[in-house]
Amino acid sequence: MNEAGTIRVQLNGKEREVSRGLTVRALLEELELQPGAVVVELNREILERDSYGGVDVSEGDAIELVHFVGGG
Amino acid sequence: MSNATLEEARALDGPLVIGGVEFTSRLIVGTGKYATNRVMVDAIRASGAEMVTVAVRRVDLDRSREEGILHHLDPDEFFLLANTAGCYTAEDAVRYARLARAAGFNDFVKLEVIGDERTLLPDVHATLEAARTLSDEGFKVMAYTNDDLITALRLEDAGCVAVMPLASPIGSGLGVVNPYFIREIKRRLEVPVIVDAGVGTASDACITMEQGVDGVLMNTALAAADDPIRMSHAMKHAIVAGRLAFLAGRMPSREIAVPSSPTTGMLD
Repeated sequence: MNEAGTIRVQLNGKEREVSRGLTVRALLEELELQPGAVVVELNREILERDSYGGVDVSEGDAIELVHFVGGG
Repeated sequence: MSNATLEEARALDGPLVIGGVEFTSRLIVGTGKYATNRVMVDAIRASGAEMVTVAVRRVDLDRSREEGILHHLDPDEFFLLANTAGCYTAEDAVRYARLARAAGFNDFVKLEVIGDERTLLPDVHATLEAARTLSDEGFKVMAYTNDDLITALRLEDAGCVAVMPLASPIGSGLGVVNPYFIREIKRRLEVPVIVDAGVGTASDACITMEQGVDGVLMNTALAAADDPIRMSHAMKHAIVAGRLAFLAGRMPSREIAVPSSPTTGMLD
């Protein structure tokens, strides 16, 4: 991947390079995740599902992608 | 629900109403620790439970093909109760509750703020703080707590829609260790009292319900049984049996025998 074409983000606690200029929706697509199956927290703010296409991922963002798992 | 045991219960008992939602089953079950998702779903169906708990965790991006639990559990079939399990501060619990609500199913949360790793006993101060914050934000909070009356009363004051004292520590299977406190909490609160954690087998569930509480929440007793599906059937019957026995009102116990057959009319 072209160094200039990527940015560094904290994704689920791990530093990761992703393409520059992605929206949250495009990031989920790149990760092969269904937007309806995850909840996205961007820099400690929960994003509304219908806003994913309008929010850009920026250098240094802390992104959490969570879902429901088995628990008691 | 086409289920003879629960149909029978419905005829003899009112529904369990939590935060304005009606349930026929008084058994709430967790979805953790099952050997396979298939066994989990079959066990939950066998239990007759309508409300099931789930946890909020990071998506595993290294194995992103692995779906979350909703791939196996139909949210139209079960009422999802997200928990804040694993949280040790009020702040974390509030964060997890908000994430859970953003999933878009309901406003309910099983609030759990742990204070100690060895016993998994709740941090009742942090639980109260989180309960107030979440209730103010419109959450319907079902709070896991100790078998302590004062905390239970405060949680009710904080706006919780159900208070959930433990029978004994999470995953211990020790059964109800303090039936007197559980009874007193039930007598004093107006919101439903659900005993959460510690039930090990069917007799534990039955004895818990005989204290008069509104329901029982369990996970490990089913998931860690040798045959979770058979145990789920057993628990369904035990919960109904304990509930009906409580409603029926038990006979007084005595420490001497009283004959059941007439003492007159005996042959010479």
